Amino acid sequence: MPVEGEAANRPLLAVGNLTKLFGTFAACSGINLDIRPGEIHALLGENGAGKSTLVKMLFGVLSPSSGQILWQGQPVQIPSPSAARKLGIGMVFQHFCLFEALTVAENIALSMDPGVSLANIAEEAKRLSVSYGLPLDPNAHVADLSVGERQRIEIVRALLQNPKLIILDEPTSVLTPQEADRLFETLAKLKAEGRSVLYISHRLEEVQRICDRATVLRHGKVTGACDPRLETPASLARMMVGSDVAHVSAAGTDLKGDVQLEVRHLTAAARTPFAVSLKDVCLKVRAGEVLAIAGVAGNGQGELFDALSGEYPVPDPDAIHVRQKPAGNLGITARRLMGAGFVPEERHGHAAVPALSLSDNLVLARCQSDRKAFIGGGFIGIIRQQAVKRAAKRISEVMDVRKSSDNPAAGSLSGGNLQKFIVGRELDRQPTVLVVNQPTWGVDAGAASRIRQSLVDLAKSGSAVLVISQDLDEIFEVATEIAVISEGRLSEAYPAATLSREKIGLLMGGMDNQADAARETSHAH
Amino acid sequence: MSIVEAILLTIITASTPLVLAALGELVTERSGVLNLGVEGMMIMGAVCAFAATQMSGSPYIGILAGIASGALFSLLFGFLTLTLVANQVATGLALTILGLGVSGMIGEGFVGMSGIKLQPIAIPLLSDLPYIGSLLFRQDIIFYLSIALVVGVNWFLFKSRAGLRLRSVGDSHASAHALGINVIRTRYLAVMFGGACAGLAGAQLSLVYTPQWVENMSAGRGWIALALVVFASWRPWRLVAGGYLFGAVSISQLHAQAFGIGIPSQVLSALPYLATVVVLILISHNRRTTLINTPASLGKPFVPDR
Repeated sequence: MPVEGEAANRPLLAVGNLTKLFGTFAACSGINLDIRPGEIHALLGENGAGKSTLVKMLFGVLSPSSGQILWQGQPVQIPSPSAARKLGIGMVFQHFCLFEALTVAENIALSMDPGVSLANIAEEAKRLSVSYGLPLDPNAHVADLSVGERQRIEIVRALLQNPKLIILDEPTSVLTPQEADRLFETLAKLKAEGRSVLYISHRLEEVQRICDRATVLRHGKVTGACDPRLETPASLARMMVGSDVAHVSAAGTDLKGDVQLEVRHLTAAARTPFAVSLKDVCLKVRAGEVLAIAGVAGNGQGELFDALSGEYPVPDPDAIHVRQKPAGNLGITARRLMGAGFVPEERHGHAAVPALSLSDNLVLARCQSDRKAFIGGGFIGIIRQQAVKRAAKRISEVMDVRKSSDNPAAGSLSGGNLQKFIVGRELDRQPTVLVVNQPTWGVDAGAASRIRQSLVDLAKSGSAVLVISQDLDEIFEVATEIAVISEGRLSEAYPAATLSREKIGLLMGGMDNQADAARETSHAH
Repeated sequence: MSIVEAILLTIITASTPLVLAALGELVTERSGVLNLGVEGMMIMGAVCAFAATQMSGSPYIGILAGIASGALFSLLFGFLTLTLVANQVATGLALTILGLGVSGMIGEGFVGMSGIKLQPIAIPLLSDLPYIGSLLFRQDIIFYLSIALVVGVNWFLFKSRAGLRLRSVGDSHASAHALGINVIRTRYLAVMFGGACAGLAGAQLSLVYTPQWVENMSAGRGWIALALVVFASWRPWRLVAGGYLFGAVSISQLHAQAFGIGIPSQVLSALPYLATVVVLILISHNRRTTLINTPASLGKPFVPDR
């Protein structure tokens, strides 16, 4: 370790009894945390545990309600991000603070001293990015860059300030395994230079791999401080969740029925300049199968879902077959009537109207496909409120949706509970084909496990399930078959048991040949 | 002075207020604020400039009064939408209605008075150039100011650090806030610049274009300026092209009507709008550049979570 003696024992940053209240809700309550020089410190916790709130206070984006922050032993106030930067704190946000319409150099310039010219910044950024193994073109527009490249901008931007502490908020959630490896090398380099890293994650495996110490948060409180290398994933998970998380096992049924969903050479042009076009996508999902489509965000997942669900039908009816009938040119209602169900990615505003009640959201989704059950009064079309309420109640019970009142507004539910409801809303129809995009994005571990189990159960009962996900853990839990989408092209589907994370990583990068080679070598062994 | 020269001169006079008002709105919108009150700020500028000129006897005092009244009026918009987070569309519309009403009230005593015209300033040497000399270098101060402002705004937006900050606020106010940029202050300044430009445009109407006060004399120019900003995809030079094209076609069609060519006058009157829309669509057909230049948080209210 480059820092020795007394300085090594004195924490670089110490947080004492830090609390943040939003109204009466304590997002963080009495947090104690210390970060030593030259260590990679993990901040673990589920979504909503208060990790982001805590680091926003450390970076001056939010002001704490009470408590104190000590920087190199001195009590400090951090009223703004620029104050944090002056102290020597750099931050890489989970939701990047980037401006799509500006170039890389302009994005970096915004957080720099105004005295430095844009040309100098561009040059310095290029030099620094290469020396840390994160190459960047300073003149590219952010809108044209991949998520991994965007993250590099954030990291380089933080490094240009020469910080003593770098905070990374869920940095690997948007990266392929290979990109993540490269990031870990960069972090090791930073550590070797004596800088400290506060590494926020809910991925236990990587925390154990790279972090020296860990602080675990749950419901805004510290529930554990440990050396992650001495813990097991199960013990870390228990600290995070507060109880053991039910393990989901993949369908693994031998019941391979008829093909229920088939896509034949689906090609669709990009609808906006920043969207991805779909190129000759072929896939088959049989009854009893869960086909998972892996891929890094923004590689055509949303576009594929839109085409499959019929939100944006394609001209060729034969491009998509639902239950062996052509459906490519049909809209979403027609496909639902053919026995398919769809759950889109975005809970708020796409899958549900936040301001409307759960029962209203149920009617909106199913008034066409389940007209007989929910709509009465002939051509006038009167909603059968009692039937709808009963169905909403049934769904909530089956999926264990926890809510504050009988029929609350969708927006008042936590992410996990709302997601359980909208997945349950489709499962309630017992669809023969179910297409789900990002079923557990931003959902707590308990709800995620419940949702995944329900998808597996649906497949076991003889339906065809297609899951689009960026979460490899999720994919390995639910999938019987795995395909990878990269730049709008879909790889062939491999049985889940034969596919390793490394191979998926290569496929994510669009390197089919290398992936095939890797597969062959593994067969040879 | 030949007839062509006379027509060209009227074109410049007719286009200058459009360019000025649109340029101010461009800066406002680049910061992410949609101010639909351009018409109202313009008419306030017109009446205040006229009144101040009548009372002081100097059109230059009038210009300052026009600028100040536009900026002050926009401050009202800023307070409502930025501090009180009122809806920008509704507030902008209200500002226009209010401006038309208040200006009528202020101007009541000035109706029918003959105004003092702002005199052109001949720039030595340049004004003696053949053809363009008398056209471009024997103009009033507001024309020179409009050109200087276009050059200045273009430099400010794309070359200066403050302009970069302004664009970043318009692109993503949440990110800008997280980087420590004062979103609200930036927007206040942009809104007031927009108001000042609209006020100056109004002053041009009542001091140069038709040196008198007539109620509703802005006659929808504020709305045309708003449309120009969008069609010019938020870029200053395209905006100048659009503004002058609009001015050129509207003056030419007046002359065409006077000559009595066999096209219905309604069609001719619609021509400036049609021509401007067609040309600006043609130059902004590249959707990627348009998207890059569109302020992504335009019209979205910003409330920092503190």
